[in-house]
Amino acid sequence: MAKKPVNFVLNGRDISVFVEQGGNLLDELRRNVGDMTTKYGCGQGTCGACTVSVDGELKLSCLLLAELIDGKRIDTTQGLAEGPDIHPLQQEFVDGFAAQCGYCTPGMLMAAQVLLANKPEPSREEVAEAISGNLCRCTGYEPIIDAILRAADTLRRRPVR
Amino acid sequence: MTVEVQTVETLSQVTQTLNDSARYFAGGTLLMRQVNYGDQSINRLVVSRDPELKRIQVSGDQIEIGAGVTMSDIISHQDLGFLAQVARAVGGPAIRNMATVGGNLFAPCPYGDMATALLALGAILVWADGQQQPIEQLFSHQENQLRSPDVGTNGSEFSATNDLSRGNQNVVASIRLRKPRSGAFRFQKVSRVKPKGVSLLSVAVHLGRESGRVANTRIAFGGMSARPRRALAAEQALQGASLDEAGIERCISMCNDGLEPQNDALASAWYRAQVAPVYLKRLLLQRGEY
Repeated sequence: MAKKPVNFVLNGRDISVFVEQGGNLLDELRRNVGDMTTKYGCGQGTCGACTVSVDGELKLSCLLLAELIDGKRIDTTQGLAEGPDIHPLQQEFVDGFAAQCGYCTPGMLMAAQVLLANKPEPSREEVAEAISGNLCRCTGYEPIIDAILRAADTLRRRPVR
Repeated sequence: MTVEVQTVETLSQVTQTLNDSARYFAGGTLLMRQVNYGDQSINRLVVSRDPELKRIQVSGDQIEIGAGVTMSDIISHQDLGFLAQVARAVGGPAIRNMATVGGNLFAPCPYGDMATALLALGAILVWADGQQQPIEQLFSHQENQLRSPDVGTNGSEFSATNDLSRGNQNVVASIRLRKPRSGAFRFQKVSRVKPKGVSLLSVAVHLGRESGRVANTRIAFGGMSARPRRALAAEQALQGASLDEAGIERCISMCNDGLEPQNDALASAWYRAQVAPVYLKRLLLQRGEY
Protein backbone atom coordinates (compact mmCIF):
# COMPACT_ATOMS: atom_id res chain seq x y z
CA MET A 1 0.00 0.00 0.00
CA ALA A 2 1.24 3.48 -0.86
CA LYS A 3 2.87 5.55 1.82
CA LYS A 4 1.39 8.92 2.75
CA PRO A 5 3.33 12.21 2.59
CA VAL A 6 3.24 14.12 5.87
CA ASN A 7 4.68 17.53 6.78
CA PHE A 8 5.13 18.67 10.33
CA VAL A 9 7.38 20.77 12.52
CA LEU A 10 9.58 18.79 14.89
CA ASN A 11 11.32 20.82 17.56
CA GLY A 12 11.16 23.89 15.35
CA ARG A 13 12.46 22.11 12.24
CA ASP A 14 10.34 21.38 9.15
CA ILE A 15 10.05 17.67 8.47
CA SER A 16 8.63 16.00 5.37
CA VAL A 17 8.35 12.23 5.38
CA PHE A 18 6.41 9.42 3.77
CA VAL A 19 4.72 7.50 6.54
CA GLU A 20 3.41 3.97 6.72
CA GLN A 21 -0.40 3.90 6.57
CA GLY A 22 -1.86 2.98 9.92
CA GLY A 23 1.55 3.51 11.54
CA ASN A 24 1.98 5.43 14.77
CA LEU A 25 3.94 8.64 15.28
CA LEU A 26 6.41 7.00 17.65
CA ASP A 27 7.59 4.51 15.02
CA GLU A 28 7.91 7.28 12.45
CA LEU A 29 9.93 9.49 14.79
CA ARG A 30 12.34 6.71 15.66
CA ARG A 31 12.64 4.77 12.38
CA ASN A 32 12.04 7.41 9.77
CA VAL A 33 12.96 10.79 11.25
CA GLY A 34 15.74 9.56 13.55
CA ASP A 35 14.58 11.19 16.77
CA MET A 36 15.51 8.45 19.22
CA THR A 37 14.71 10.42 22.38
CA THR A 38 11.09 9.27 22.36
CA LYS A 39 10.92 5.73 23.76
CA TYR A 40 8.78 2.70 23.01
CA GLY A 41 7.58 1.22 26.28
CA CYS A 42 4.30 -0.60 25.97
CA GLY A 43 2.72 0.45 22.66
CA GLN A 44 -0.66 0.65 24.36
CA GLY A 45 -0.74 4.01 26.10
CA THR A 46 -0.04 2.73 29.58
CA CYS A 47 3.56 3.70 30.38
CA GLY A 48 4.01 7.25 29.06
CA ALA A 49 7.56 6.66 27.75
CA CYS A 50 6.52 7.93 24.30
CA THR A 51 4.96 11.18 25.58
CA VAL A 52 5.36 14.13 23.19
CA SER A 53 3.82 17.56 22.89
CA VAL A 54 1.51 18.15 19.91
CA ASP A 55 0.68 21.84 19.39
CA GLY A 56 1.51 22.34 23.06
CA GLU A 57 -0.73 19.51 24.28
CA LEU A 58 0.63 16.37 25.89
CA LYS A 59 -0.10 13.25 23.80
CA LEU A 60 1.13 9.67 23.56
CA SER A 61 2.95 9.20 20.27
CA CYS A 62 2.35 5.43 20.21
CA LEU A 63 -1.41 6.08 20.02
CA LEU A 64 -1.28 8.80 17.37
CA LEU A 65 -1.78 7.92 13.74
CA ALA A 66 1.30 9.34 11.99
CA GLU A 67 -0.66 10.52 8.96
CA LEU A 68 -2.97 12.63 11.11
CA ILE A 69 -0.17 14.86 12.40
CA ASP A 70 0.19 16.62 9.06
CA GLY A 71 0.63 20.36 9.69
CA LYS A 72 1.15 20.00 13.44
CA ARG A 73 3.96 21.09 15.74
CA ILE A 74 5.62 18.23 17.59
CA ASP A 75 8.04 18.75 20.46
CA THR A 76 10.18 15.98 21.93
CA THR A 77 12.99 15.77 24.45
CA GLN A 78 15.47 16.22 21.61
CA GLY A 79 14.36 19.83 21.33
CA LEU A 80 14.77 20.63 25.03
CA ALA A 81 18.47 21.44 24.96
CA GLU A 82 19.31 25.12 24.63
CA GLY A 83 22.30 25.24 22.29
CA PRO A 84 25.25 23.60 24.02
CA ASP A 85 23.45 23.53 27.39
CA ILE A 86 20.94 21.01 28.55
CA HIS A 87 17.61 22.37 29.76
CA PRO A 88 17.25 23.23 33.48
CA LEU A 89 14.77 20.36 33.79
CA GLN A 90 17.36 17.94 32.45
CA GLN A 91 20.04 19.45 34.70
CA GLU A 92 17.87 19.00 37.79
CA PHE A 93 17.12 15.39 36.78
CA VAL A 94 20.88 14.79 36.61
CA ASP A 95 21.72 16.62 39.83
CA GLY A 96 18.86 15.11 41.82
CA PHE A 97 19.31 11.48 40.65
CA ALA A 98 15.83 11.61 39.17
CA ALA A 99 16.81 9.00 36.60
CA GLN A 100 18.11 5.53 37.25
CA CYS A 101 17.61 3.35 34.20
CA GLY A 102 16.46 6.48 32.36
CA TYR A 103 13.86 4.85 30.14
CA CYS A 104 10.94 6.87 31.47
CA THR A 105 12.94 10.12 31.57
CA PRO A 106 12.07 11.54 28.11
CA GLY A 107 8.36 11.09 28.82
CA MET A 108 8.74 12.58 32.29
CA LEU A 109 10.61 15.56 30.85
CA MET A 110 7.90 16.26 28.29
CA ALA A 111 5.15 15.99 30.92
CA ALA A 112 7.13 18.38 33.13
CA GLN A 113 7.87 20.75 30.26
CA VAL A 114 4.20 21.10 29.30
CA LEU A 115 3.23 21.51 32.95
CA LEU A 116 5.75 24.32 33.51
CA ALA A 117 4.78 26.03 30.26
CA ASN A 118 1.21 26.32 31.53
CA LYS A 119 1.91 26.60 35.24
CA PRO A 120 5.30 28.10 36.12
CA GLU A 121 4.72 27.70 39.86
CA PRO A 122 3.11 24.28 40.40
CA SER A 123 2.39 22.73 43.77
CA ARG A 124 3.83 19.33 44.65
CA GLU A 125 0.39 17.76 44.06
CA GLU A 126 0.13 19.36 40.66
CA VAL A 127 3.53 17.95 39.69
CA ALA A 128 2.50 14.48 40.88
CA GLU A 129 -0.71 14.79 38.85
CA ALA A 130 1.21 15.99 35.78
CA ILE A 131 3.43 12.89 35.74
CA SER A 132 0.66 10.50 36.79
CA GLY A 133 0.53 9.03 33.29
CA ASN A 134 4.25 8.24 33.27
CA LEU A 135 5.44 5.04 34.91
CA CYS A 136 8.85 4.86 36.60
CA ARG A 137 9.87 1.57 38.18
CA CYS A 138 13.23 2.78 39.58
CA THR A 139 13.01 6.00 41.49
CA GLY A 140 9.79 5.88 43.49
CA TYR A 141 8.89 9.23 41.87
CA GLU A 142 9.98 11.46 44.75
CA PRO A 143 13.33 12.53 43.20
CA ILE A 144 11.49 13.25 39.93
CA ILE A 145 8.93 15.46 41.65
CA ASP A 146 11.73 17.25 43.56
CA ALA A 147 13.69 17.81 40.34
CA ILE A 148 10.68 19.29 38.54
CA LEU A 149 9.93 21.63 41.44
CA ARG A 150 13.57 22.79 41.54
CA ALA A 151 13.60 23.31 37.77
CA ALA A 152 10.42 25.38 38.08
CA ASP A 153 12.22 27.51 40.61
CA THR A 154 15.28 27.92 38.35
CA LEU A 155 13.14 28.80 35.34
CA ARG A 156 11.21 31.45 37.27
CA ARG A 157 14.37 33.11 38.51
CA ARG A 158 16.26 33.32 35.29
CA PRO A 159 16.06 36.48 33.20
CA VAL A 160 13.78 36.40 30.19
CA ARG A 161 15.83 35.84 27.08
CA MET B 1 -0.71 -5.73 7.08
CA THR B 2 -1.10 -2.03 6.56
CA VAL B 3 -4.19 -0.28 7.70
CA GLU B 4 -5.77 2.28 5.45
CA VAL B 5 -6.83 5.55 7.06
CA GLN B 6 -9.82 7.28 5.53
CA THR B 7 -10.68 10.82 6.56
CA VAL B 8 -14.23 12.09 6.00
CA GLU B 9 -15.82 15.47 6.67
CA THR B 10 -19.10 14.54 8.32
CA LEU B 11 -20.31 11.94 10.74
CA SER B 12 -22.98 10.70 8.33
CA GLN B 13 -20.19 9.83 5.88
CA VAL B 14 -18.65 7.68 8.62
CA THR B 15 -21.71 5.49 8.86
CA GLN B 16 -21.74 5.04 5.09
CA THR B 17 -18.16 3.80 5.02
CA LEU B 18 -18.11 1.45 8.01
CA ASN B 19 -18.16 -2.29 7.53
CA ASP B 20 -16.92 -5.38 9.37
CA SER B 21 -13.24 -4.64 8.86
CA ALA B 22 -13.43 -0.84 9.13
CA ARG B 23 -13.55 0.93 12.48
CA TYR B 24 -14.45 4.43 13.46
CA PHE B 25 -11.34 6.06 14.92
CA ALA B 26 -11.71 8.94 17.41
CA GLY B 27 -9.24 9.45 20.27
CA GLY B 28 -7.36 6.27 19.44
CA THR B 29 -6.58 5.35 23.03
CA LEU B 30 -8.28 1.95 22.64
CA LEU B 31 -8.31 1.29 18.92
CA MET B 32 -4.67 2.25 18.26
CA ARG B 33 -3.58 -0.38 20.78
CA GLN B 34 -5.21 -3.01 18.62
CA VAL B 35 -3.62 -1.57 15.48
CA ASN B 36 -0.18 -1.48 17.15
CA TYR B 37 -0.57 -5.11 18.20
CA GLY B 38 -1.42 -6.18 14.67
CA ASP B 39 -5.13 -6.93 14.97
CA GLN B 40 -5.89 -8.63 11.65
CA SER B 41 -9.59 -7.90 11.80
CA ILE B 42 -8.99 -4.19 11.09
CA ASN B 43 -8.01 -3.04 7.64
CA ARG B 44 -9.45 0.46 7.58
CA LEU B 45 -9.79 3.27 10.10
CA VAL B 46 -12.35 5.99 9.45
CA VAL B 47 -11.61 9.42 10.93
CA SER B 48 -14.17 12.23 10.98
CA ARG B 49 -13.31 15.93 10.87
CA ASP B 50 -16.89 16.92 11.76
CA PRO B 51 -16.61 19.91 14.16
CA GLU B 52 -19.98 18.98 15.70
CA LEU B 53 -18.26 16.05 17.41
CA LYS B 54 -16.19 18.45 19.51
CA ARG B 55 -19.09 20.67 20.54
CA ILE B 56 -20.39 21.13 24.08
CA GLN B 57 -23.75 22.89 24.22
CA VAL B 58 -25.32 24.08 27.43
CA SER B 59 -28.72 25.73 27.62
CA GLY B 60 -30.25 25.96 31.06
CA ASP B 61 -29.83 22.56 32.65
CA GLN B 62 -29.78 20.76 29.27
CA ILE B 63 -26.33 19.65 28.21
CA GLU B 64 -25.24 18.05 24.96
CA ILE B 65 -21.71 16.74 24.71
CA GLY B 66 -20.30 15.79 21.31
CA ALA B 67 -18.95 12.24 21.21
CA GLY B 68 -15.49 13.53 20.21
CA VAL B 69 -15.14 15.77 23.26
CA THR B 70 -12.07 14.74 25.25
CA MET B 71 -11.72 14.27 28.99
CA SER B 72 -9.54 17.42 29.07
CA ASP B 73 -12.28 19.39 27.27
CA ILE B 74 -14.70 18.36 30.02
CA ILE B 75 -12.30 19.35 32.79
CA SER B 76 -11.78 22.81 31.33
CA HIS B 77 -15.47 23.54 30.61
CA GLN B 78 -17.04 25.89 33.14
CA ASP B 79 -20.48 24.26 33.11
CA LEU B 80 -19.31 20.66 33.45
CA GLY B 81 -17.76 20.91 36.91
CA PHE B 82 -19.80 17.94 38.15
CA LEU B 83 -18.23 15.72 35.45
CA ALA B 84 -14.69 17.07 35.90
CA GLN B 85 -13.96 14.71 38.81
CA VAL B 86 -14.92 11.78 36.58
CA ALA B 87 -12.82 13.02 33.64
CA ARG B 88 -9.86 13.51 35.98
CA ALA B 89 -10.15 9.88 37.09
CA VAL B 90 -9.37 8.75 33.54
CA GLY B 91 -5.68 8.10 32.75
CA GLY B 92 -2.92 10.69 32.96
CA PRO B 93 -2.89 14.12 31.27
CA ALA B 94 -1.81 12.76 27.87
CA ILE B 95 -4.57 10.15 27.79
CA ARG B 96 -7.12 12.76 28.88
CA ASN B 97 -6.08 14.96 25.93
CA MET B 98 -6.92 12.10 23.58
CA ALA B 99 -9.63 9.91 25.13
CA THR B 100 -13.16 10.87 24.06
CA VAL B 101 -16.50 10.63 25.82
CA GLY B 102 -17.92 8.58 22.94
CA GLY B 103 -15.05 6.13 23.05
CA ASN B 104 -15.52 5.62 26.77
CA LEU B 105 -18.97 4.13 26.08
CA PHE B 106 -17.26 1.31 24.21
CA ALA B 107 -14.24 0.86 26.49
CA PRO B 108 -14.07 -2.71 27.77
CA CYS B 109 -14.28 -3.42 31.48
CA PRO B 110 -12.48 -2.28 33.71
CA TYR B 111 -12.29 0.96 31.70
CA GLY B 112 -15.37 3.12 31.26
CA ASP B 113 -15.49 5.40 34.30
CA MET B 114 -17.17 8.17 32.31
CA ALA B 115 -19.67 5.67 30.89
CA THR B 116 -20.58 4.66 34.45
CA ALA B 117 -21.10 8.29 35.46
CA LEU B 118 -23.26 8.95 32.39
CA LEU B 119 -25.35 5.88 33.22
CA ALA B 120 -26.06 7.25 36.70
CA LEU B 121 -26.94 10.60 35.17
CA GLY B 122 -29.48 8.96 32.86
CA ALA B 123 -27.82 10.19 29.68
CA ILE B 124 -29.48 9.85 26.28
CA LEU B 125 -27.34 8.85 23.32
CA VAL B 126 -27.90 10.58 20.00
CA TRP B 127 -26.73 8.38 17.12
CA ALA B 128 -25.43 9.66 13.80
CA ASP B 129 -28.74 8.77 12.11
CA GLY B 130 -30.62 10.95 14.59
CA GLN B 131 -32.01 8.12 16.71
CA GLN B 132 -32.04 8.64 20.44
CA GLN B 133 -31.61 5.93 23.02
CA PRO B 134 -31.28 5.73 26.81
CA ILE B 135 -27.67 4.86 27.62
CA GLU B 136 -28.60 1.65 29.48
CA GLN B 137 -29.96 0.16 26.27
CA LEU B 138 -26.49 0.40 24.71
CA PHE B 139 -24.91 -1.38 27.67
CA SER B 140 -27.48 -4.17 27.76
CA HIS B 141 -27.07 -4.59 24.00
CA GLN B 142 -23.30 -4.84 24.53
CA GLU B 143 -23.78 -7.43 27.29
CA ASN B 144 -25.90 -9.53 24.95
CA GLN B 145 -23.21 -9.25 22.28
CA LEU B 146 -20.57 -10.43 24.74
CA ARG B 147 -22.77 -13.37 25.71
CA SER B 148 -23.44 -14.52 22.17
CA PRO B 149 -21.69 -17.80 21.31
CA ASP B 150 -19.70 -16.52 18.32
CA VAL B 151 -17.83 -14.02 20.51
CA GLY B 152 -15.78 -16.71 22.23
CA THR B 153 -15.21 -17.01 25.92
CA ASN B 154 -11.65 -15.87 26.48
CA GLY B 155 -12.90 -12.46 27.61
CA SER B 156 -9.63 -10.75 26.81
CA GLU B 157 -9.93 -6.99 26.65
CA PHE B 158 -8.86 -6.79 23.05
CA SER B 159 -11.46 -9.21 21.83
CA ALA B 160 -13.99 -7.42 23.99
CA THR B 161 -13.25 -4.10 22.28
CA ASN B 162 -13.58 -5.81 18.94
CA ASP B 163 -16.86 -7.29 19.73
CA LEU B 164 -18.35 -4.17 21.19
CA SER B 165 -17.79 -2.22 18.02
CA ARG B 166 -17.70 -4.82 15.24
CA GLY B 167 -20.43 -4.66 12.68
CA ASN B 168 -21.95 -1.64 14.30
CA GLN B 169 -22.58 0.66 11.37
CA ASN B 170 -23.96 3.44 13.46
CA VAL B 171 -21.88 5.72 15.67
CA VAL B 172 -22.71 7.88 18.65
CA ALA B 173 -22.85 11.56 17.67
CA SER B 174 -23.51 13.14 21.04
CA ILE B 175 -24.68 12.52 24.57
CA ARG B 176 -27.54 14.46 26.16
CA LEU B 177 -28.05 14.86 29.86
CA ARG B 178 -29.54 17.17 32.44
CA LYS B 179 -27.27 18.99 34.79
CA PRO B 180 -27.70 17.50 38.27
CA ARG B 181 -28.54 19.70 41.25
CA SER B 182 -25.48 20.74 43.16
CA GLY B 183 -24.34 17.89 45.41
CA ALA B 184 -26.77 15.37 43.90
CA PHE B 185 -24.19 13.67 41.72
CA ARG B 186 -21.43 11.71 43.42
CA PHE B 187 -18.69 9.57 41.96
CA GLN B 188 -15.87 7.42 43.23
CA LYS B 189 -13.29 5.41 41.38
CA VAL B 190 -11.64 2.58 43.30
CA SER B 191 -8.14 1.60 42.25
CA ARG B 192 -5.10 0.17 43.96
CA VAL B 193 -2.43 2.48 42.54
CA LYS B 194 -2.35 6.08 43.73
CA PRO B 195 -2.77 8.67 42.38
CA LYS B 196 -3.67 6.85 39.16
CA GLY B 197 -4.49 3.29 38.37
CA VAL B 198 -7.08 1.38 36.42
CA SER B 199 -10.44 0.93 38.14
CA LEU B 200 -11.22 -2.10 40.23
CA LEU B 201 -14.65 -0.62 40.12
CA SER B 202 -16.27 2.77 39.94
CA VAL B 203 -19.55 3.87 41.42
CA ALA B 204 -21.72 6.84 40.52
CA VAL B 205 -24.84 8.02 42.31
CA HIS B 206 -27.39 10.56 41.16
CA LEU B 207 -29.64 11.35 44.10
CA GLY B 208 -33.22 12.33 43.45
CA ARG B 209 -35.37 14.08 46.02
CA GLU B 210 -39.08 14.33 46.65
CA SER B 211 -40.58 16.16 49.62
CA GLY B 212 -37.43 15.93 51.71
CA ARG B 213 -36.78 12.25 51.05
CA VAL B 214 -34.65 10.32 48.60
CA ALA B 215 -36.58 9.38 45.47
CA ASN B 216 -35.77 8.11 41.98
CA THR B 217 -32.08 7.78 42.69
CA ARG B 218 -29.84 6.16 40.09
CA ILE B 219 -26.86 4.08 41.18
CA ALA B 220 -24.42 2.82 38.54
CA PHE B 221 -21.41 0.57 38.88
CA GLY B 222 -18.51 0.12 36.49
CA GLY B 223 -16.32 -2.96 36.86
CA MET B 224 -19.09 -4.85 38.66
CA SER B 225 -20.43 -6.51 35.48
CA ALA B 226 -19.14 -6.95 31.96
CA ARG B 227 -20.53 -3.50 31.16
CA PRO B 228 -21.58 -0.59 33.39
CA ARG B 229 -24.81 -1.54 35.11
CA ARG B 230 -27.37 0.03 37.42
CA ALA B 231 -27.84 -1.46 40.88
CA LEU B 232 -31.62 -1.55 40.49
CA ALA B 233 -32.36 -3.40 43.73
CA ALA B 234 -30.28 -0.94 45.74
CA GLU B 235 -31.96 1.99 43.98
CA GLN B 236 -35.37 0.57 44.87
CA ALA B 237 -34.34 0.06 48.49
CA LEU B 238 -33.34 3.71 48.73
CA GLN B 239 -36.77 4.95 47.64
CA GLY B 240 -38.22 7.14 50.39
CA ALA B 241 -35.25 6.55 52.69
CA SER B 242 -33.41 9.17 54.66
CA LEU B 243 -29.71 9.65 54.01
CA ASP B 244 -28.31 8.39 57.28
CA GLU B 245 -26.71 5.19 58.50
CA ALA B 246 -30.04 3.53 59.37
CA GLY B 247 -31.89 4.86 56.33
CA ILE B 248 -29.49 3.43 53.78
CA GLU B 249 -28.85 0.09 55.50
CA ARG B 250 -31.22 -1.93 53.30
CA CYS B 251 -29.86 -0.27 50.16
CA ILE B 252 -26.28 -1.12 51.10
CA SER B 253 -27.17 -4.73 51.90
CA MET B 254 -28.71 -5.07 48.41
CA CYS B 255 -25.85 -3.30 46.66
CA ASN B 256 -24.60 -6.36 44.76
CA ASP B 257 -28.03 -7.74 43.81
CA GLY B 258 -28.25 -7.97 40.05
CA LEU B 259 -24.53 -7.26 39.55
CA GLU B 260 -22.08 -9.87 38.27
CA PRO B 261 -18.57 -8.91 39.35
CA GLN B 262 -15.87 -10.80 37.51
CA ASN B 263 -12.45 -12.20 38.31
CA ASP B 264 -9.52 -10.60 36.57
CA ALA B 265 -5.86 -9.89 37.21
CA LEU B 266 -6.71 -6.81 39.27
CA ALA B 267 -9.17 -8.33 41.73
CA SER B 268 -11.39 -11.31 42.35
CA ALA B 269 -15.16 -11.15 42.04
CA TRP B 270 -15.32 -11.82 45.80
CA TYR B 271 -13.12 -8.81 46.56
CA ARG B 272 -15.17 -6.53 44.32
CA ALA B 273 -18.36 -7.67 46.01
CA GLN B 274 -16.84 -6.84 49.40
CA VAL B 275 -15.61 -3.43 48.35
CA ALA B 276 -18.60 -2.14 46.35
CA PRO B 277 -21.00 -1.66 49.32
CA VAL B 278 -18.30 0.16 51.31
CA TYR B 279 -17.86 2.80 48.64
CA LEU B 280 -21.57 3.10 47.93
CA LYS B 281 -22.12 3.77 51.63
CA ARG B 282 -19.39 6.43 51.69
CA LEU B 283 -20.90 8.20 48.68
CA LEU B 284 -24.41 8.16 50.13
CA LEU B 285 -23.26 9.45 53.49
CA GLN B 286 -21.06 12.15 51.99
CA ARG B 287 -21.89 15.43 53.63
CA GLY B 288 -23.60 18.12 51.67
CA GLU B 289 -26.94 19.17 50.30
CA TYR B 290 -28.35 17.29 47.38
